Amino acid sequence: MKIVVTIKQVPDTTEVKLDPRTGTLIREGVPSIINPEDKNALEEALKLKDTLGAHVVVITMGPPQADDALREALAMGADEAILLSDRAFAGADTWATATTLGMAIKKIGGYDLILAGRQAIDGDTAQVGPQLAEYLGIPQITYVTELTLTNGSVRAKRKLEDGYEIIEAPLPALLTITKEANKPRYPTAPGIITAYRARQVTLWTSKDLDAEPGTLGLEGSPTQVRRSFSPPAKEPGETITAPPEEAARQILSRLKARNIIQG
Amino acid sequence: MDFTFPKEYELLRRMIREFAQNEVAPIAEEVDVEEKVPMDVIRKAGKLGLMGVPFPQEYGGAGAGEIGYCILMEELNKVCASTATVIGAHTGIGAMAIYLDGTPEQKEKYLTPLARGEKIAAFALTEPNAGSDAAAIQTRAVRDGDNFILNGTKIWITNGDIADIITVFAVTDPALGARGGVTAFIVENTFPGFRVGTKETKMGIRGSSTAEIIFEDCVVPKENVLGQFGAGFLTALKTLDVGRISLGAGCLGGAQAALEAAIDFAKNRYQFGQPIAQKQAIQWMIADMATEIEALRSLVYRTAWMMDSGHMDREFSTYAAMCKVFGSEVLDRCVDKCVQIHGGMGYMKKYPVERMYRDARITRIFEGTNEIQRLVIATNLFRKVGVRIR
Repeated sequence: MKIVVTIKQVPDTTEVKLDPRTGTLIREGVPSIINPEDKNALEEALKLKDTLGAHVVVITMGPPQADDALREALAMGADEAILLSDRAFAGADTWATATTLGMAIKKIGGYDLILAGRQAIDGDTAQVGPQLAEYLGIPQITYVTELTLTNGSVRAKRKLEDGYEIIEAPLPALLTITKEANKPRYPTAPGIITAYRARQVTLWTSKDLDAEPGTLGLEGSPTQVRRSFSPPAKEPGETITAPPEEAARQILSRLKARNIIQG
Repeated sequence: MDFTFPKEYELLRRMIREFAQNEVAPIAEEVDVEEKVPMDVIRKAGKLGLMGVPFPQEYGGAGAGEIGYCILMEELNKVCASTATVIGAHTGIGAMAIYLDGTPEQKEKYLTPLARGEKIAAFALTEPNAGSDAAAIQTRAVRDGDNFILNGTKIWITNGDIADIITVFAVTDPALGARGGVTAFIVENTFPGFRVGTKETKMGIRGSSTAEIIFEDCVVPKENVLGQFGAGFLTALKTLDVGRISLGAGCLGGAQAALEAAIDFAKNRYQFGQPIAQKQAIQWMIADMATEIEALRSLVYRTAWMMDSGHMDREFSTYAAMCKVFGSEVLDRCVDKCVQIHGGMGYMKKYPVERMYRDARITRIFEGTNEIQRLVIATNLFRKVGVRIR
């Protein structure tokens, strides 16, 4: 069985701090990580590898430094890593990204299952997984928290706001995985050393994909950004300057006065 | 000149930091209070390859060298000195002796399961009458056909009661003493005549076990002689040299944690209407801590780099001793300042700084007291100019 896992390298938003003067994000020195739910997708693939045996291929599109995300995936147990990196891919929206990944996955071929994270913490669109399934013309199940494989099909539990659905689809299929699905394993120490010193990341550029003109990067992106702006700043809150006990007392009395808490 | 860590070490540090935060930090208080070795954590660490970080992968290790091992000790000591001590005694000295002087067969048989964390190691040198004067050991090993018969008692052995495989130093020729009369042996805890004696209760690192081990006509096969017959004292010194780097790395982690706790407290503790971070008395303590910590960081990783690049000469030995002396004393000053900044709260068991203060004290004593380290440093320096210190 061959499983393809799509991952994205993102800034670790838990480490992003706000510049207190300008109110903008300080990106400098923020570590890059594998998007958390992509790690959940990889963990599902590795669990299937552990129980049923599988060849797990991780793929990402990104700048050359996305190599680090792939090496971490190798250290966790992936068998093969492919980096799609080319200036021609730059400026891609979710559709051009899905198209590029789709072309690469067609080139990989022979896949039974594609697993993607539900969404990335830096974009929050949750579009690339579904668009990739559309591009490849295969069934998709989104927001998956549990999955089982039974001869030629996948059965998945899909989390919705007010409950869940159980859906079955024939293979090959694409599933997007949520953080509730599992707790991703740690990469092992020998795995980390080997991933950097002994293993290969395959680099594919636009030339390797036989892309039709106008399908990649900014050119292949139907999304047009008309204007970008910061949401209007909220009115500043009131600061209570007092020792902690006194400050807590003041806050409590105001909450009580507005009937937000009782007492 | 390049002071950046290669990327594999950055990822290794991130993985260990997450492991330390998620798996080790939550049990740190409990193992201290209950004097309980965190065996669950040790098993988890073994599965991730963290019980054999410095050793080659062909012997079950991570292949991350001394630099990788220092990263492990630094990060673990930030959250739990007890856990770090158990792994340190196992990897840094117990298994390290086998790695440094074992035959390929001994490494295959003993180092591999140790590096994978399937077995636990200890290092047994100290005796009631042989502490700093390690050459005064009295445990005897006498040849008997294909075996050696060991008799004697070792004290204060970290992991002594949980170890499966113990590197033991015994006198094989009393007339020769340390120069040719001491031999190292690999002893399994199942060998007849081996038993565990009393367990100590300690001021700090209480989640690591410290036990007496006793040899009563203990039968050790002659294949288990470690290194050259009669050269055991050199094996001990060489192993302890290496152990001193990672000990310094552990101190670095503890000191860094003390600094971070002090900064966090100073930011949030209000006196005289403002955070105490606004007070110069506090600022100077923080500045001194941070400065010493950075100096220690450079010394530790530079010395680890010397080992990984094969510079294990007398100069290396000098640097390793400096890692131990400076590391433990920086740690000592940092935890002391951290408690002082916390004031009364630093003295209360409710806060982890109280434990950090107790845990720190042993580092100036064990694995060669700081007085002995200074002797090593000075002896090596004077030897360069032709003066022999006796």
